Amino acid sequence: MSAAGARRIEAKAVRVLVLVSFTVLLAFPFFWMLIAAFKQNLDLYTVENNPFKFNLPPTLDHVRFLFGQTRFVRWLGNTAFVGVIVVAITLLVAVPAAYALARLTGRWGERLGIAIFLTYLIPPTLLFIPLSRVIGILGLQDSLFSLVVVYPSMTIPFSIWLLMGFFKSIPRELEDAAMVDGLTRFGAFLRMVVPISLSGILTVVIFTFTLVTQEFVYALTFISPEARQMVGVGVPIFLVRGDVYYWGALMAACLVASLPIGIVYNLFLDRFIAGFTVGSVK
Amino acid sequence: MSAPARKASAARSPSALGIAMFAPAVLYIVLLIGAPFALAILYAFSDARIGATSIHFAGLENFRSILQSPSFRMAVKNSIVFTVCAQVIIIVCSGMLSIALEKPFRGRGFVRFLILLPWVAPVSLGTIGWKWILDSIYSVITWVLVSLHFYKPYSAPMWLGQPHLAMASVILVHCWRLIPFSTVIMLAGMSAISREIPEAAAIDGAGFWRTTFQINLPMMTPIVSVAVLFGTVFTFTDMTVVYILTAGGPFDSTQTIPTLAFATGIAGSDLAAGAAISLFLVPVLVVVAYLMLRIAHRAEVV
Amino acid sequence: MAIVETRHLTKVFKQGELGAVNDVSLTTEEGEFLVFLGPSGSGKTTLLRMIAGLETPTSGEILIGGQFVNDLSPRERRIAMVFQSYALYPHLTVYKNIAFPLKAQKVPKAEHRKKVEWAAGLLGIGKLLDRKPRELSGGERQRVALARAIVREPAVFLLDEPLSNLDAKLRTSAREELEHFHESVGTTTIYVTHDQVEAMAMGDRIVVMNFGQVRQIGTPADVYDEPADTFVATFLGSPPMNLVRKDDVIVGFRPEHFFPVTVLAGRAAMPESLRAVDREGPYVPISLRVSHEEYLGAERILYGTIEDGAFQGNKVVSRMPSTLASPWSSGSVHAFAVIEKHLKFYAADTGKRTAPRPGPWR
Repeated sequence: MSAAGARRIEAKAVRVLVLVSFTVLLAFPFFWMLIAAFKQNLDLYTVENNPFKFNLPPTLDHVRFLFGQTRFVRWLGNTAFVGVIVVAITLLVAVPAAYALARLTGRWGERLGIAIFLTYLIPPTLLFIPLSRVIGILGLQDSLFSLVVVYPSMTIPFSIWLLMGFFKSIPRELEDAAMVDGLTRFGAFLRMVVPISLSGILTVVIFTFTLVTQEFVYALTFISPEARQMVGVGVPIFLVRGDVYYWGALMAACLVASLPIGIVYNLFLDRFIAGFTVGSVK
Repeated sequence: MSAPARKASAARSPSALGIAMFAPAVLYIVLLIGAPFALAILYAFSDARIGATSIHFAGLENFRSILQSPSFRMAVKNSIVFTVCAQVIIIVCSGMLSIALEKPFRGRGFVRFLILLPWVAPVSLGTIGWKWILDSIYSVITWVLVSLHFYKPYSAPMWLGQPHLAMASVILVHCWRLIPFSTVIMLAGMSAISREIPEAAAIDGAGFWRTTFQINLPMMTPIVSVAVLFGTVFTFTDMTVVYILTAGGPFDSTQTIPTLAFATGIAGSDLAAGAAISLFLVPVLVVVAYLMLRIAHRAEVV
Repeated sequence: MAIVETRHLTKVFKQGELGAVNDVSLTTEEGEFLVFLGPSGSGKTTLLRMIAGLETPTSGEILIGGQFVNDLSPRERRIAMVFQSYALYPHLTVYKNIAFPLKAQKVPKAEHRKKVEWAAGLLGIGKLLDRKPRELSGGERQRVALARAIVREPAVFLLDEPLSNLDAKLRTSAREELEHFHESVGTTTIYVTHDQVEAMAMGDRIVVMNFGQVRQIGTPADVYDEPADTFVATFLGSPPMNLVRKDDVIVGFRPEHFFPVTVLAGRAAMPESLRAVDREGPYVPISLRVSHEEYLGAERILYGTIEDGAFQGNKVVSRMPSTLASPWSSGSVHAFAVIEKHLKFYAADTGKRTAPRPGPWR
């Protein structure tokens, strides 16, 4: 074999090694959740048992417990409820704003765009204390509507940023043609630009929804009663009785709540990256 | 609108329609980000408590007591240590991973899905998964190490129970979450480099390492910087991982600024002190914001 | 300076499909400017990249300077390449761009400055050494790319359509610079383009390619005046050669050889541009019904159909200097002719050049 051929094989071996080890390290916890969710408690809590296989036959007990005897389903419902409304608010506010920034405000557009992007850097852990008091004053303490009101402040900035890039890539000529044909500028926006940007808007929807499911700090701070929890707080905090963690159910819950989001997010990955990078690297 | 009228309105920027479309967003941001931020500063200088009906000015009292508290000093140290260690590990790992992922191969989409799971799964759920993996008795890591005879049964360390191991565990979970994110951004940066540049380098005589470090990496600097800056913010301002994994323990060894703020302000009802603690996040955020602006500005010049 | 030779070089990207490059064998001459010409997808760039070492051949051999290079990496082949986009390193100054190959080949640092300045001087970019690529114009970037290529004093230059990213006006001056550069340096150069004007202007020889195969190799005069098949005949020359078919033979004649009879018979005014030899010899009369005419300033292009005779109904084009009077109106019929020796004959099935067939053609 030529020297070049040997070099190629060596490079390939290293690549495979890196890929395999990282994939295992990164995906392992989910594989683990999968096993633990279906292991019988006896199997799970016996230290000597090999954790990687089912020493006792797998069981649906944890799943049954999760869905039947905890508030898990309720939490999922709460999360979906908040998610849908927050998505609606975000779209209503961010889509026109992004369009305005991309088209109408000229030179300022660039600067405002960056300013908006920077607000994404202000974390919940800075604002949660004053916000908790504001929520209390507004009487929204312990209500899901507290989250409905606050979450858009997190989703709107990044959504504007994402959509700005999108709108900028639509040639102005399309709207000009529509206006020549008789539409007003707003009409052109509504009837021409929005339909074309559906994939960008869809990306915003996915991003907003995943952010709602991921958020922890506000959900923990504003809501105390178990029945009103979001799934991200309910599972780690309330699937515990006293000091006892119901690990089987916990793992099942994690799996159910993570995988669907994971699959959907993965489908839209390329758009997110475009959104992130379109501003900083031309 | 006729052409001359359109030109005139474009010259008069911003137009009324533009402002109307943009205003709700500005309102939201001002009311729900700007105002609370101002309030946080206000509270930090007051004696606000949960349940108290009135607040009074308290001067620098909160800051004085915070700065003297050993918990706080530990929290600042930890925040910095966790963030720096995590970022270093993340950059190196995601660098390796993105180079390995760059060339297409069969099943790459599936591998990418698997690799992304830590990032897309909700923070709290991924963390609780790790809590189980690092459990003092039932940890799978312990089991593996015991089977390989590194430890005698029941004598393996408590991963979340000993201060240094707990800190390492927190850093590990942060890295686990952010490596996918950084990798994905780096891959985007790599794909932005036209294929001809590494080819030109190959023809010029550069081997793999020279091309990577002297050509590809420098070209990717803006995007790598963005990934690092975001990663820094995510780690530095994160409360969830620590809260779920160790709740700041053992003995404050994993306490960070956000978790201390939460413990003091919400659990401890001392809003004022909590606000004051959380304000210490601001300097780092300001530096990050400044650096991001620099990158954006430089990229525009290109 | 070296000779590049390929022997039965083939590159197949997808099993079972026609290769991008099919059984190409050619040899450059020392110091020549050889052009690979063909439409997109003809395999010319793939061929170049295989010579460079950026693609591995499926089969066949490549030799540079008499040495088999199939197993050598690009840097070991002593070639230099200029890419379509120039591929300048954007984060390095012009100086560092040019010095990069020296650095990579571990040339001692003390010699860098001398060599960079020599290369820069050759291309007249000495003043730009401290700039970054983004500050340069298109023409300046080409010169930097050339400087970077020459600084290593390679045996062969490879250029992959370097002019196609420039706008039309810049292209002509950049082309001149390239020609001048080749004259001063004299290194064997292989140049890829789809633009036949560039190929004719710059090439010492042209390799005309289509579908991964070489159709003809020859000087510009060879490929233009004596095309080896119908593809070459129509690819070179604008408007392309007229091709009319009768039975199993295709007859071709160039638009500029297709005149009104009056010109040939000496009854019309004779423009100086018409060579005496092109007016001599037996001619074939062809009746042309004009469909429309394009006036391009220096010349006229006439489009029409053959009115009668063996080739009736075929669409043909005529091209003549506009100094000839113009009574051509749409729909009118005129007596045109082609001198017999300007007729080229091709086999209708293969398209390849065959021996001339005798007349009559009426």
